[in-house]
Amino acid sequence: MSNAPPKMTASGVDVFYGAKQAIRNVSIDVRQEDVTAFIGPSGCGKSTFLRTLNRMNDTIPGARVSGEIRLDGEDVYAKAMDVVQLRARVGMVFQKPNPFPKSIFENVAYGPRIHGLARSKADLAQIVERSLTRAGLWNEVKDRLGDSGTALSGGQQQRLCIARAIAVDPEVILMDEPCSALDPVATARIEELIHDLRGRYAIVIVTHNMQQAARVSQRTAFFHLGQLVEYGDTSDIFTNPREERTKDYITGRYG
Amino acid sequence: MSPLALAFVICALALIGWVTARARAARFRRATARRFSSLPQHHGWFVAMGTLLPALLFLVIWHLTSPALVTEAVLATPGAATLPPPGLDRAAILAEARNLAAGRGYGAFHPLSERLAPAYAAAQARYDWIATSAALLLAFAGGALSFLRVRPGFSARTHVERVIMGALLGASLIAIVTTIGIVVSLLLESARFFRVVPITDFLLGTHWSPQVIDPRDPGATLGAVPLFWGTFFVGAIIAMAVAIPFGLMSAIYLTQYARPATRRWVKPLLEILAGVPTVVYGYFAALTVAPAVRDLGVALGVSWASSESALAAGAVMGVMIIPFVSSMADDSLSAVPASMRDGSLAMGATSSETIRKVLVPAALPGVVGGVLLAVSRAIGETMIVVMAASGVATLTLNPFASTTTVTKQIVDLLTGEAAFDSAKTLAAFALGLTLFVITLLLNVVALIVVRRYREAYE
Amino acid sequence: MSDSLVPGAPVSAAAPAERRPTDWRTAAMERRVRQRYAAERRFRLLGLAAVVASAAFLLFLLASMVARGAGGFVETRIALPIDLARAGLGVTPAQLRGPRADLALAGAGLEAAVDSAAAGAFPRSGGPALLSDAAWLRVREAVKRDPSLLVRRATIDVPVVSRLDIAFKGGGTRADRAVARSLAPRLSRGLNLDFLAGADSTDPTRAGIWGALKGSLLTMVVTLLLAFPIGVLSALYLEEYAPRNRWTDLIEVSINNLAAVPSIIFGLLGLAVFLGTFHMPRSAAVVGGLTLALMTTPVIVIAARHAIGAVPPSIRDAARALGASPVQVVFHHVLPLALPGILTGTIIGMARALGETAPLLMIGMRAFIAAPPERLTDPATVLPVQIFLWSDDVQTGFIEKTSAAIIVLLVFLLAMNGLAIYLRNRFETRW
Repeated sequence: MSNAPPKMTASGVDVFYGAKQAIRNVSIDVRQEDVTAFIGPSGCGKSTFLRTLNRMNDTIPGARVSGEIRLDGEDVYAKAMDVVQLRARVGMVFQKPNPFPKSIFENVAYGPRIHGLARSKADLAQIVERSLTRAGLWNEVKDRLGDSGTALSGGQQQRLCIARAIAVDPEVILMDEPCSALDPVATARIEELIHDLRGRYAIVIVTHNMQQAARVSQRTAFFHLGQLVEYGDTSDIFTNPREERTKDYITGRYG
Repeated sequence: MSPLALAFVICALALIGWVTARARAARFRRATARRFSSLPQHHGWFVAMGTLLPALLFLVIWHLTSPALVTEAVLATPGAATLPPPGLDRAAILAEARNLAAGRGYGAFHPLSERLAPAYAAAQARYDWIATSAALLLAFAGGALSFLRVRPGFSARTHVERVIMGALLGASLIAIVTTIGIVVSLLLESARFFRVVPITDFLLGTHWSPQVIDPRDPGATLGAVPLFWGTFFVGAIIAMAVAIPFGLMSAIYLTQYARPATRRWVKPLLEILAGVPTVVYGYFAALTVAPAVRDLGVALGVSWASSESALAAGAVMGVMIIPFVSSMADDSLSAVPASMRDGSLAMGATSSETIRKVLVPAALPGVVGGVLLAVSRAIGETMIVVMAASGVATLTLNPFASTTTVTKQIVDLLTGEAAFDSAKTLAAFALGLTLFVITLLLNVVALIVVRRYREAYE
Repeated sequence: MSDSLVPGAPVSAAAPAERRPTDWRTAAMERRVRQRYAAERRFRLLGLAAVVASAAFLLFLLASMVARGAGGFVETRIALPIDLARAGLGVTPAQLRGPRADLALAGAGLEAAVDSAAAGAFPRSGGPALLSDAAWLRVREAVKRDPSLLVRRATIDVPVVSRLDIAFKGGGTRADRAVARSLAPRLSRGLNLDFLAGADSTDPTRAGIWGALKGSLLTMVVTLLLAFPIGVLSALYLEEYAPRNRWTDLIEVSINNLAAVPSIIFGLLGLAVFLGTFHMPRSAAVVGGLTLALMTTPVIVIAARHAIGAVPPSIRDAARALGASPVQVVFHHVLPLALPGILTGTIIGMARALGETAPLLMIGMRAFIAAPPERLTDPATVLPVQIFLWSDDVQTGFIEKTSAAIIVLLVFLLAMNGLAIYLRNRFETRW
């Protein structure tokens, strides 16, 4: 545990969809060196809260966020904050792999291209190679970078999406149940990858799979009915929860 | 008995059958405790159908055959001996006599027809009488026979349902019959045309002026290449140059930017554009747009800017197609999974970058299919070009010059006073066949493209 | 956790060269972001412009039709002083009471009397040439209403000739406008009942749309009676009962293709089959209705299939589980639920048929027809064809008549489309 300031902080966050409140007064810190897991039963708001961190909720009509979310001390919801830059700094990986219907190379090059991160063609190729390598996909696809990204297997697609997110050099990567659509073998590969990426990026992962949270994360937050019930070191949460509700969930009483 | 009264009587018979059979079946039900597969009303319907169907079938067949029988009978009368040999004259006299006998027509132009009219009336009356009694007999017999089958164990419902299924199948076969009708009638008339005009002259010739057909070499002035070019120029180039940008951008704005409330109002508004009849567009094109386009051409220094320019017709046609392209693009864009859009936005792309670099490329096959359908619709569009384009066929690239199209020529050729089987009339069918084949190909290709695209995202 | 759970999975790739994190604060980066936002605004504006331009075109089209056509519903009348007592008509008021009034007036020379009255009243402006062909008919109607006109002097408002009508509405040649100005105190405006109740005429002041409207009505009745049942029945068959085989595919392909075949091809079919083979009467509403029915049926089939397909399978299962036969399932449960959608599709298909012109030209519905059709087999014309015919007429008086007829047609179409939208919103069920 270090005493460095947290990468992202949320304090008193409420989220509304129209008149319905989806998140109640959530405060949480995300640290640079940790993998943070959000767990909880379906519909508890963990994904909703994740999407507030890079303002993806902006794209949902009727969604409204109050409270404060800071990235390196900057207010994410401030007028001066540019959503485009925010999302480049806080990348996201989705539940279902969603490669663009383009070639593998173009999928990864997309982000650097729109943000103008590559100085030359060679530079771009280097970024693509480095991102794919980091995502553990390079050796599998280096001979067929021109193939369509949608032609890959599900697990490969998800790693392609991670490579795509890495390519813009984000500071934080948000993962919204990245393994729920994958088979156990592919899931293991992704968990490996998360483990490797830890430290280089602050990682927040939403999962409904408690074993997964226990395996990959250092910090765990338990959400229930839109509220943050308990947040602490993963080992504490799973061995010695303070709250009765957390204990019930972890021991499988509901969920 | 007039046809209406006859139909009425037969329907009344069917109704009587329905009521009595229903009552009879209801009595059986009350008499026994067993459960039946059919309700009393099924028995009623069974008898009603037994009454109606044979009689109606007979009447339809009779209607198709009796005119020939009546004519035969008239030809057998002594008055017909003086008729000219079979041919146009003879047919005209007979038609006139038929009209006179039926009380239609404005008087006899030919004395013979006046003499034949009474014979016609007599034969007609005789056959009408036969038809009426036969139809009534059939209705009665059919009703009685089916009534006799109404028994407790009789499954009337299965019989009624079988008839219903037959009706359903018959109704769906009409589409095939129509298609065959189109193909056969176009092919037959075109074949007659191509016996007179070599098919190569028609498809490859570059001179089209059907007003001056040389009987020794009719193909010389019936070369359709200028028409094909004009059709393509107006429908596939100018119209699409208007419809694609406006339609696509409208769809993008409405699906990606507009608030739902705006979208709910604007979309039907744009659909009104598609609901305006083409004759209105044609009138607007001829009266307002064409003069403006000519003035524009003159202002630009085009020496022979025509008031029947390709540009005026094509541009108005393009406006008409906007909602069509827009709704096809709308469908294609909506079919792109939302996760694509989210993925791009989560990378920090702006909306327009997402649309231009992810959504539109992903939706492209669907959009292309929609555009092909739009082209097929544009080249088949008739009234705008009939009213705003010229009748003179020219091979030109100048949008301010006058052009003509296949559809415009079909209308011009068929609304003259030419005989039904002159080369001019038959040329219209050959043009129709060409148009049908081209639109068919476009539609089939477009449907395949669109279907592949849909399947890719399912 | 660093031990691989999966045999064969690489533990970790060789660490690639490090890269410094992106600095978003550089001037170059900020300029780039500004440019990207500018591009975003431009693109959005382009989209808005496309929508606005399309809507503006529609409004311009409608406005220009209304501006040009509104005058078509109004006629200009001139106050004509007439003294029928001195015209020597030889008809007494007593003869006009009773059913033989028309006969009594028919041979009385009323037309000549009206002409001479006009010659007397407006000698310098052209006399009888100022009046519409319909003027003496108007006098005849007035006399029939009030037989006392026969024995006294009176002033009757009668419609004026087309060019004066145009001039009084502000158009026409300068000479005509001068005449209109000089007669202005005697001129008035009124609702043109002849336009709404009459049929086609060579004189634009007498031309009316009732004949064409009635033709359209008869044609639409035939189309609806054929296309609706056939369309619904084939949609039911294809959606509910058809086995998946090559025949069904053929039917589906035919229907989808027919829906996209140019309408003029249906006209050629009608010409070759109904007129050429079956020798049905040219220009008759029944032939027009048949032709349009062939064109409309596929549209109805496709809409009906959509509506039927939207009924959830659970309803069919529920009915089947109660022992309903396949026919009962469909006619008791599926069809009633799909009906609003089917009706919407039918109305839209009928609206399209009502606005259709080209196929009807092919079957000869372009003749000059001065009497409204009485029967389905009478020669008839329809509203869009009437518009086409008038638009071709060289007389300037027909310009406003054309636009006025377009207004009437558009009102019908908008009403039908509005009804369809209302039905869709009112009965639309989300399953």
